[in-house]
Amino acid sequence: MIKFTDQHEWVRVEGEEAVVGITPYAAEQLGDVVFVELPEAGRKVDQFKEAAVVESVKAASEIYAPVGGEVVAVNAALAETPGLVNEDALGKGWFLKLRIRDKGELDKLMSAEEYETYVKGL
Amino acid sequence: MSDAQGRPTQPDISAAGAPPATFSGDRGLALEEASIFALSRAGVTGVDLPEPKGVAPRLAGLERKGAIGLPGLSEPEVVRHFVRLSRRNYAIDLGVFPLGSCTMKHNPRLNEKMARLPGFADLHPLQPVSTVQGALGLIDSLAHWLKVLTGLPVIAMSPKAGAHGELCGMMAIRAAIDARGERRRRVLVPASAHGTNPATAAQCGFEVDEIAGDATGRVSAASVAERLGPDVAGIMLTNPNTCGLFEREVREIAARVHEAGGYFYCDGANFNALVGRVRPGDLGVDAMHINLHKTFSTPHGGGGPGAGPVAFSEALAPFAPRPWVVHGAAGFALVEAEGDAKGAKPFGRLTAFHGQMGMFVRALAYMMSHGGDGLRQVAEDAVLNANYVMACLKDAMSVPFAGPCMHEALFDDAFLEGTGVATLDFAKALIDEGYHPMTVYFPLVVHGAMLVEPTETESKESLDRFIASMRGLALAAKAGDAARFKGAPFYAPRRRLDETQAARKPVLVAAEASPRAAAE
Repeated sequence: MIKFTDQHEWVRVEGEEAVVGITPYAAEQLGDVVFVELPEAGRKVDQFKEAAVVESVKAASEIYAPVGGEVVAVNAALAETPGLVNEDALGKGWFLKLRIRDKGELDKLMSAEEYETYVKGL
Repeated sequence: MSDAQGRPTQPDISAAGAPPATFSGDRGLALEEASIFALSRAGVTGVDLPEPKGVAPRLAGLERKGAIGLPGLSEPEVVRHFVRLSRRNYAIDLGVFPLGSCTMKHNPRLNEKMARLPGFADLHPLQPVSTVQGALGLIDSLAHWLKVLTGLPVIAMSPKAGAHGELCGMMAIRAAIDARGERRRRVLVPASAHGTNPATAAQCGFEVDEIAGDATGRVSAASVAERLGPDVAGIMLTNPNTCGLFEREVREIAARVHEAGGYFYCDGANFNALVGRVRPGDLGVDAMHINLHKTFSTPHGGGGPGAGPVAFSEALAPFAPRPWVVHGAAGFALVEAEGDAKGAKPFGRLTAFHGQMGMFVRALAYMMSHGGDGLRQVAEDAVLNANYVMACLKDAMSVPFAGPCMHEALFDDAFLEGTGVATLDFAKALIDEGYHPMTVYFPLVVHGAMLVEPTETESKESLDRFIASMRGLALAAKAGDAARFKGAPFYAPRRRLDETQAARKPVLVAAEASPRAAAE
């Protein structure tokens, strides 16, 4: 199951864990990503609160956690090749993995279809 | 045709072909220049001082052991190096510098003359107070002007830049909240804010709560009111905002924030639009930094250090940082030490000394040469010039918010849709036209933003030339001449630089010869 936020993050639920990244739309709007600041494993983040920072040639933006939980892993490859976010936003460009605190929070997010409609309206 | 000595008397360019590659790498009088470390030669020095004798080290074994890694060049080589580099620079002294939110105005030469007076230029900050009465008097006078212009009672003079001033203001707010024994940690910041606003709030331990603007590009009092609560420390608002628009509900916003127990920090970067016309104190501001290097014409952008004094309301005045100048029994005195002033609870100090003295002299010279009425006209002319630019380009380009604007004209990239030209390409083409580009991609709330701030110091003639270039480029883009933009700049010393690679894999040659590396 993959869900989306109106701030252009995606979250893919894998059992009790959730993989988080930003959408291809967000990556395109940002332009070439040059730096990603990721949290340390073990940090607890709340839903819709800052979890990471992404910096492109245009701007620096906060990345908000689509669901609350504890960070269990981050994508170390982004330190060396932040361009993965532009190349493969939904795959190799993932940011972090969370242990989900409350699956009920997922209900506040958009489905793929809803997100597609939302982006078209922007 | 040649004269009797064989010297050609008429130019003959009929045989000239394509420009040749030169043997030197320079092109005509456009001189190439390597980094100063690459030019360095061992054993060369500009000054030759005798080795000091009989100096006993007092660093208890902590003295530097290795070389410090300074490049070795003779004096003429150093002079040429920096003069060559300076010829590559673009400056307000060369042409229009329309960088939005930066107020790149002319730096009057009278300011420079005053700052070079030996009585100001040759002072040392540790001189006895009795020997620097004139300098302290100048700081006091400048603070007085700033109080009158802001309508706020206390000025902290020491902050050395706009962002430093923001830090000063937010530290005072933090100190005031701590003194009340409260734990307010949320600061409201509009989405159009300068990036330094949320950064400063975060640095002071606050959590940033972003407020979206309304359809007119402004912050509404209603959108602020719904975010207020007992955990809100205050709001950071820029007025006019970064879209070049006056925040019409600013007094209502201030009142609501105050009712909720918060403070109002105003980012004063755009004070040039208001100076002499509006007193921020009357808008309910509790703290505001003033960029002397913008509004009050002291040099910046490579031309000199900034200076960001902060004005405080009565509510925050007790927390203003040391030092400050007071009228003592024997002339001017400085409040420097903790406990010097009764009733004050300064949060500490931000700088070792008293602020950017050279900038103080320039700013006061600017104020005194304009007078109160002249400063009022500064704001009026700055707003008039920006509206002139917007009015002349509105049909060729596109604006996200209908005018009139304040001191800067904001365009978006809607007019470039379908042309294959992006805002960045447009900016690079403006370099070919001989201009420093405007601010691009800021404010973030506007797609492909181009923010033009002409300031009051451009004449109508110079604005007309700039507008003709902008207009010509806009029409060329719409006519399908994408090549002009994609390849730009064609005429700059370097073609398009790869910003992505520069950020991802920077080549920092000078670091190899840094003092630390050399000492290891």
